[in-house]
Amino acid sequence: MPARTRTRPAQSAPPPLDEPPTRRRRRPGTLWLFLVPALALYAFVVLIPSGRGALLAFTDWDGLSPDRAWIGLDNFQAILDDEDARAAVGQTVLVAVAIMVIQNAIGLLLALGVNSRIKSRNVLRVFLFAPAVMTPVVVGALWKNLLAPDGAVNWALDTVGLGSLKQDWLGDPNVAIWSVVGVVVWQFAGYSMVIFLAGLQGVPQDVYEAAEVDGAGPVRRFRHVVFPLLAPATTINLMLSIIGGLKLFDQVWVMTGGGPGHSSETLSTLIYKDAFQFGEFAYSIALAVVLTIFVALISSGQYWLLRRQEEASR
Amino acid sequence: MRSYSWRTFVLELVMLAVTVAFAFPLYVLVNLSLRDPQDPSSAASPTTSPTTQNYADAWQQAGLGGAIANSALVTIASVVVIVLVSSLAAYPLARSTAAWSRATFLLVMLGLLLPFQLALLPLYQTIRDLHLLGTPWALVLFYSGLQVPFATFLYVGFLRAMPRDYEEAALLDGCSPFQAFRSVVFPLLRPVTGTVVILNAVLVWNDFLTPLLYLSGSTQQTIPVAIFGFLGQYVSQWELVFAGLVIGSLPILVVYFAMQRHIIKGFAGGLKG
Repeated sequence: MPARTRTRPAQSAPPPLDEPPTRRRRRPGTLWLFLVPALALYAFVVLIPSGRGALLAFTDWDGLSPDRAWIGLDNFQAILDDEDARAAVGQTVLVAVAIMVIQNAIGLLLALGVNSRIKSRNVLRVFLFAPAVMTPVVVGALWKNLLAPDGAVNWALDTVGLGSLKQDWLGDPNVAIWSVVGVVVWQFAGYSMVIFLAGLQGVPQDVYEAAEVDGAGPVRRFRHVVFPLLAPATTINLMLSIIGGLKLFDQVWVMTGGGPGHSSETLSTLIYKDAFQFGEFAYSIALAVVLTIFVALISSGQYWLLRRQEEASR
Repeated sequence: MRSYSWRTFVLELVMLAVTVAFAFPLYVLVNLSLRDPQDPSSAASPTTSPTTQNYADAWQQAGLGGAIANSALVTIASVVVIVLVSSLAAYPLARSTAAWSRATFLLVMLGLLLPFQLALLPLYQTIRDLHLLGTPWALVLFYSGLQVPFATFLYVGFLRAMPRDYEEAALLDGCSPFQAFRSVVFPLLRPVTGTVVILNAVLVWNDFLTPLLYLSGSTQQTIPVAIFGFLGQYVSQWELVFAGLVIGSLPILVVYFAMQRHIIKGFAGGLKG
């Protein structure tokens, strides 16, 4: 509500200098103290280490010794020359896009389903959202069993007569990463659903019914009435899911460890391996810088789109 | 209002079927955790004579009691710090129109763009030099700083939409800004505090990579790391592992089912802001 805040004078504007010193005069001076604890923590944990990381990516630091030499862009050149690293970067982006598309498509359908007049909608919401609060490591461990060659997924395929689709879901290099994608979508589709649901509840019922009276079928009502009003929910969902996908680590680490071979490697598993298994700290931090560039580009691009959409709908 | 039509009925059946398929893995989880390891039938067929022996064994062998206590300590301490420092910081950021306030807000929002993997490795060295590696306090420190940007963002958004009348009255009555914040502003922030608590509690409780790095080799594990270690050790004894998974999930699931109405609202509302 910007109109409301602008009608009042800015509260913390400094008082005129000739005003006698009163209690109120101290206010603008002391207010910034409120920021100190948060800024100290934020600087210590995020800003300073991130800045140091950005610098260390240009050195040959091994994580232990105090000496390190400035080697310029060598680490980044090495990433470009490293087939496994290139493959992991490409795969991470592909996987993040796939998760974003599939998770939100399913989330939207589920939201439309449980936003209808069905009687069980409240119970269904609770169950569909439950996996989203579960620990990703627990979810990974559970699905490692379900996706085993003799696991419940293959059993279920046999039972419903689709035995020809049986796979070694996590052991086949062509399939493993897509099994992980499926698990991530299973876990977080309910999360997308809840955000879409919040958006759907903002669609005024009378607008929707007016369109119905005018003879618009369900598909046209969705395209022209519901979907435009869902724009903010859609943007937030796309943003959260793609950033989550780019940082994907837990489920991969638990289910495949990046294997077989490097077939399900992501940027995050590679960062972990290079730093803590191979002692290549500086190289690993250069990979983290690459990840940062992707996340920053995508989130600022999407933020810009969101702002433009919101201004257009005003 | 339209009535319950046959179309709605078909939709109801479809949604029920979808949810059953969706919840099938959770059924297998509980089903297998109650099974005698000698029982050779499929993981999906209902267990005929359930046993709780797996739970007793998993509890002892995975050290889950200690891990739950550790996770609870880290989660509660981190959430308390996040709520206190972020709500306090949001107050001048939302109320002051001075240049320093706007610049600081942008600086804090920069943190939303930085993936934690970038800070995680350089910070590892600092935490080591402070001799905090292997202690839960390293994690509390990490999450407290990491979540400042998002929590502050939620608080600032809420504060900007909140009228100033009450706090101004308090200030005119002679309250210091801090007293006004503590007794007037903070209580009015309750809805958004609920959202901040829920989002951060789930994030901190579930996080795996940070404790894997900062607690490695320590006996003080959190739940995700304990579960991961347990899985590696007993990977062929799935009944035991599944009992461990159920125990490890119970705290967060109990909280979820108890509060699901507020959580779903809080998630949606918080992310909409």
